[in-house]
Amino acid sequence: MSDRTVLTGIVGETFQPITRNVPAEEPPELPPNAELRVIGKPVNRVDAVPKVMGKARYTYDVQLPGMLYARIVSSTVPHARIKSIDTSAAEAYPGVKAVHILDRVLSIAQLRDPGAEANESYPLVRYNGQPIAAVAAVTARAAKAAAKLVRIEYERFPHVTGLEEAMRDDAPVVFSGPTEQAATAGGGGAPPGLPQKGNLRGPARGGLGGGGRGDVQQGFAQADHVLTREYRTQVQTHTPMETHGLVADWRDEELTLYASTQFTLSVRDEAAEVFKLPKEKIRVISEFTGGGFGAKFGIGNYGVLAIHLSRKARAPVRLVLDRREEHVSVGNRPSSLQRVKLGAKRDGTITALQVESFGTGGVAAGAGVGFAHTAMYPIPNLAVEHYDVFTDAGPCAAFRAPGQVQGIFALEQALDELAHELKMDPLALREKIDTNDTDDSRARKVERRVGAERAGWSKHRPPATDSGPIKRGMGVAQSQWAYVVHGTTTCEVRIRGDGSVIALNGAQDIGTGTRTVMAQTVAEELGLRVEDIDARIGDSRYPAGAASGGSRVTSSITPAARNAAYLAARDLAGRVAQSLGAKPDEIVFQDGRIFVRGRPERGMTFVEAVRKANFDEIVHRADRREDYDGYRIKLGDLHISRHGIGGVQFAEVAVDTETGVVKVERIVAVHDCGRPINPKLIESQIYGGVLQGVSFALYEERQLDPGTGVQLNANIDQYKIVGARETPAIEVHVIEQLGRQSSTDARGVAEPANVATAAAIANAFYNATGKRIRTLPMNPANVLAALRADEGQP
Amino acid sequence: MMELSLTVNGRACTVHVDPAATLVEVLRDELGLTGTKIGCDRGACSACTVWLDGEVVASCMTFALDARGKQITTIEGLAKGEQLHPVQQAFVENDAMQCGFCTPGMVMSCAHLVERNPDCTLDDVRGAISGHLCRCGAYPNIFKATLAAAAAMRQRKNGGGA
Repeated sequence: MSDRTVLTGIVGETFQPITRNVPAEEPPELPPNAELRVIGKPVNRVDAVPKVMGKARYTYDVQLPGMLYARIVSSTVPHARIKSIDTSAAEAYPGVKAVHILDRVLSIAQLRDPGAEANESYPLVRYNGQPIAAVAAVTARAAKAAAKLVRIEYERFPHVTGLEEAMRDDAPVVFSGPTEQAATAGGGGAPPGLPQKGNLRGPARGGLGGGGRGDVQQGFAQADHVLTREYRTQVQTHTPMETHGLVADWRDEELTLYASTQFTLSVRDEAAEVFKLPKEKIRVISEFTGGGFGAKFGIGNYGVLAIHLSRKARAPVRLVLDRREEHVSVGNRPSSLQRVKLGAKRDGTITALQVESFGTGGVAAGAGVGFAHTAMYPIPNLAVEHYDVFTDAGPCAAFRAPGQVQGIFALEQALDELAHELKMDPLALREKIDTNDTDDSRARKVERRVGAERAGWSKHRPPATDSGPIKRGMGVAQSQWAYVVHGTTTCEVRIRGDGSVIALNGAQDIGTGTRTVMAQTVAEELGLRVEDIDARIGDSRYPAGAASGGSRVTSSITPAARNAAYLAARDLAGRVAQSLGAKPDEIVFQDGRIFVRGRPERGMTFVEAVRKANFDEIVHRADRREDYDGYRIKLGDLHISRHGIGGVQFAEVAVDTETGVVKVERIVAVHDCGRPINPKLIESQIYGGVLQGVSFALYEERQLDPGTGVQLNANIDQYKIVGARETPAIEVHVIEQLGRQSSTDARGVAEPANVATAAAIANAFYNATGKRIRTLPMNPANVLAALRADEGQP
Repeated sequence: MMELSLTVNGRACTVHVDPAATLVEVLRDELGLTGTKIGCDRGACSACTVWLDGEVVASCMTFALDARGKQITTIEGLAKGEQLHPVQQAFVENDAMQCGFCTPGMVMSCAHLVERNPDCTLDDVRGAISGHLCRCGAYPNIFKATLAAAAAMRQRKNGGGA
């Protein structure tokens, strides 16, 4: 370790020298992007061509010789004991090769007492659509036909699907005793050991899911204004275009899994655990993943079934969910009912914040409302209590900024309400209270100013200015997410004897551009172009990679890639320096050439240098070292900085007060992500985050039939998602913040991009109409109800 | 099972399939043309879009039988060798994709639009892909890419005449 003096700050704003204790092996600090050749440039996605040509091979597309097609048998009742399962007709169906019945259900809460249901022959059914068994056959049609022949006899129990119904004392109980919910690599999970009464599990107070400090009663006593409000958000399903799926190929020597996943190693590790296999005997391949948004971790019940079927049939088995199964059984963003009490002085100083939240993630826990209350503003007196409410519905999973989207919808609208009560500009209120000593707070200060200029905030009008039936308005909300690093991340860089360069990491790409950012980083260090780097990912045999969850791939992989490329460059420099009459540390790599610093004519091309050095291959591996200042929390490989990432978003809406139809016309999104590695891909991520936020705010809502627990809109035509016609004008601005915590300073952006959108739209709705909308989605029913409500009433 | 002759990307081929097989099932499972995706299998997401005699269809809603005697063009047949169609090229340059799963269908609809109407407007592009779903939210870049491709095609046409 050695102390280095580095400049930290936001490019174009103020920079200040600080001292960082940096491991001696770390490469020197990178200058701002303007001085770099590849990093920070909007280069094309390196795998765009196979994607536009239909050559990109997703798990969905894997076809192996002798491969069987599998189909799941799901429950048709919401709550029951299975008395018997008769698979004989399915097994006798032509073309069927194997049938398997699940003996445990993954991804849902587990009873704390492992013996509580030990006498049951089969896992209890706790929601309509719960996977029970699967059939593998030579064609997909045969598997589907045979699956219908599986006969299941149920003993029905009373069920409950609504949040508030499930909270009643006399509600049917989903779990007979207290439960625990393991976290996934992408988040989710619930704190262990909490009390559970009926369907209510909680309160959760500590950790990332909530927290407290000071004395809220005293804080409210000091307040001039106290505001009490109730906010509700709905259940949203992930709906990735590629449904969850796995192709399992069980061989005695090795199990190969082709997985549509957000983390190859989570697939390997869970398969190893369930099937009691050594990890070395499992290989996971994920060339392309068709979206995930938080729900694609581990093997899931479908994966367990595919592997069992492959083992039984002695053939590769493809099990890919259909669209209904995808909506129902593999994850959703839980609902929330949030009671917010906010106390403030006349000048806007917040004296206390109290939040009580309830949310249902169906048969899974993890419906908390994020950590913004604790982490975004230095509120002196704070109490957050969260309860999970179990219902007979499919399990929740981490979903792009889990909890934070719901929490910020309430918090940022409550602050807007407070600003109006205090007759303060909502941005001025944020300016007063957003004062933490963190990089994200410093970034938001700049983002508020830049965003206000671009959005034309100074021209925004008083609430309900328009006199006609269509009312327009503008609103603002702030975003925050954690700056996350994946602990175990290693990259390998190989320079081949012919001058070609390969970069390896086992991570996957769910659409963010993993290959591209890795290639850019290596190219920068070696003075090459992106297309000179063969970036290979998506194989558990490559050096350990990062999870695509928590916005951590770029922050984790690029420093490891740079460190490995740096070692490779120094190695090569050492081999050719003498022939250039220079010392190795005088050799620089730039524009495809290797030359003596300050003397570009004393050099040669990269390929010539490799040939001159005359080797078969140089191989260097390097790790993503810990942030120079360390972390606030380490939960396994999930390392969380005390600094966050975030942004500020401005929304313009038009509300038709006669029909209740809301249109979002424009979003200005200003974000930070440390050092932007590729502005083009970052812009894409922010578009996606904003659009998912618009979709959550306006359209999406899972509808369950209370009588049967059946999801009524488990398809794409009735589960409305924002489309081309509803896409607003979106203007993205990204600031360059050099935090000097790693060798690339890169941080994530995917999650913060979708955190603030719904709150900004809700605040714009108020500015347009003079009425608050505290219930999502803003569909005509909720909008007309909000327009009819007396102000101040929830 | 029945024998079926189809013309896919200019090539004649014969398959033995269930009469109820959809066109996308035959393309993917019999012919190995996995570029065409299934997102919903009920005509709601358009990930399965192909051209039938030059018109866009949802191949999950089309019986393979009904494609007899017609020219079927899939995403694999759009480029001329390694030479990308202008819409494909514009998708690459404008990053009109993220995960890429909806991309083949999007490209087929947008390419159909610009071939038919190189003077297309933003509203035309919105209309052409209004039946498509992109969950990653690439729409703004799909708009940019398609309009850029249309401009390139106009230029090519005008340039060709000059």
